[in-house]
Amino acid sequence: MKMTMSQKLLASKAGLKSVKAGQLIMADVDLVLGNDITSPVAIGEFAKFGRKDVFDKDKIALVPDHFAPNKDIKAAEQCKCMREFARANDITNYFEVGKMGIEHALLPEQGLVTAGDLVIGADSHTCTYGALGAFSTGVGSTDMACGMATGKAWFKVPTAVKFNLTGKFNKNIGGKDLILHIIGMIGVDGVLYQSMEFTGEGVKNLTIDDRFTVANMAIEAGAKNGIFEVDDITLDYLKAHGKKTPQIFKADPDAEYERTIDIDLSTIKSTVAFPHLPENTKTPEEWGKVKIDQVVIGSCTNGRLSDLRKAASILKGHEISSDVRCIVLPATQQIYKDAMKEGILETFIDSGCVVSTPTCGPCLGGHMGILAENERAISTTNRNFVGRMGHVKSEVYLAGPEVAAASAIKGYLADPNEGDN
Amino acid sequence: MKAKGKTYRYKDNVDTDVIIPARYLNTSVASELAAHCMEDIDLDFSKTVEKGDIIVADKNFGCGSSREHAPIAIKESGVSCVIARTFARIFYRNSINIGLPILECPEACDNIEQGDVVEVDFETGKIKNLTKNKEFQAEPFPPFMQGLIESGGLAAYMSKQGDM
Ligand code: SF4
Repeated sequence: MKMTMSQKLLASKAGLKSVKAGQLIMADVDLVLGNDITSPVAIGEFAKFGRKDVFDKDKIALVPDHFAPNKDIKAAEQCKCMREFARANDITNYFEVGKMGIEHALLPEQGLVTAGDLVIGADSHTCTYGALGAFSTGVGSTDMACGMATGKAWFKVPTAVKFNLTGKFNKNIGGKDLILHIIGMIGVDGVLYQSMEFTGEGVKNLTIDDRFTVANMAIEAGAKNGIFEVDDITLDYLKAHGKKTPQIFKADPDAEYERTIDIDLSTIKSTVAFPHLPENTKTPEEWGKVKIDQVVIGSCTNGRLSDLRKAASILKGHEISSDVRCIVLPATQQIYKDAMKEGILETFIDSGCVVSTPTCGPCLGGHMGILAENERAISTTNRNFVGRMGHVKSEVYLAGPEVAAASAIKGYLADPNEGDN
Repeated sequence: MKAKGKTYRYKDNVDTDVIIPARYLNTSVASELAAHCMEDIDLDFSKTVEKGDIIVADKNFGCGSSREHAPIAIKESGVSCVIARTFARIFYRNSINIGLPILECPEACDNIEQGDVVEVDFETGKIKNLTKNKEFQAEPFPPFMQGLIESGGLAAYMSKQGDM
């Protein structure tokens, strides 16, 4: 029937046998997500749908992670608005400070998303769950309100671009280098309105965390969603975390893709996006000497345990440069605890890093590490727009955890595969 | 439905972080958001924008975060329509969902400069540059989206449709 993975999943959720690219559909959603910035707007809109109750109190997740723990009085009011709504509607998956983490690391960890789910979230990086074979996409607060009221969302069925992966990463290269490489190649609007579907025998060489990182930044190429073919690695992860039953959607053999891009993972190098767009990517030979003031290791892109492990293995036995502040933010409480048990947090602290409670914090210029005028940061986050981490005249360089850690030691942008690291 | 006003002209990849910087997202009050709209790339915008004015931009307008605060800030500023070569998809659906008309029209973008007075007809998709006396055709909205915009947004539309 010529459908892509994403199209098949959407057709099923819309109760249709088949769908075509461009078709407008109304589909049932399996999970609706909101955070402390987007939920207050959605809660305001919710009233307009004229429903007293939410459609399903188990299928809504509310996570105060952006400006929480409350960074100021206004943020406190927003978190309060969300908390009161969660209580009034008896929302099962409301995560209070102390239980919360960055939403896109938290939801899969808590088993709230499985393969075959249709997830909408009032946060653009909701696309992260495509790593698990879900169709998940960022929407706005009105969509979130509509989702909470009716359990439905409208979609225009997307066309897709296929990424055929082969080979294996070299040492100190990971999902972040891959997705930055892709965005550098196709641009920040390279797959506008389209699905990115990741397949090929190279997929099995990507850990689930690599896949989370790649799917997370699909939006940075303009995509509607990024989705990975489900394999044993996915199913093992879902078994360990899942409360839900996975459903696997495979592309039809004759599915129509707008184009296919072949990528040999062994050719990917350490990749960094220079200011002020994720597409301004450069590999080590083009970096030059970029002096830095701050390093941020964390976020929904690279704040998982394996990311912290990679950074810690490079930092171990070294001190960070005296010119640099290095801020580490484990993405969830569980990751925090695991990192503590493994001694990773101690490594960070011994190297001179600060370890924060889980929060989005500096990623969006919220708190916990805002940049002053003319300051420069290397960050494992996903956006380096003008003013993203603070002052309009500050700069953000996006990188994976290995590059971030190597740079923290040197005080300038450094390749973890070079010399004495 | 028609819109008419002077234009503010921007380039590629105007992201939601510059439309409304995250440092102001500790509120969702529309008028407070509008007061800071565009300020990281255009300090004068919020001071000079008048009801009916139109934003014209190049490709990928509204890329970045899903914050509905971005189209809300633009709409609350009085802007009647945004015309761009292309829009980022979350911004696109958010605008439709809150009833802010937006049109994709590369030819219009090639022929509109800062300050030109432009008129837009949403039913036909016709865009007129009154200053330069030129006319362009954008794709009109599909009926579903026209319905959304005419109802004043998704909430009103869905309530009208009854149980969906
Ligand atoms: S970590 Fe950054 S990109 Fe991820 S959800 Fe938080 S603010 Fe958004």
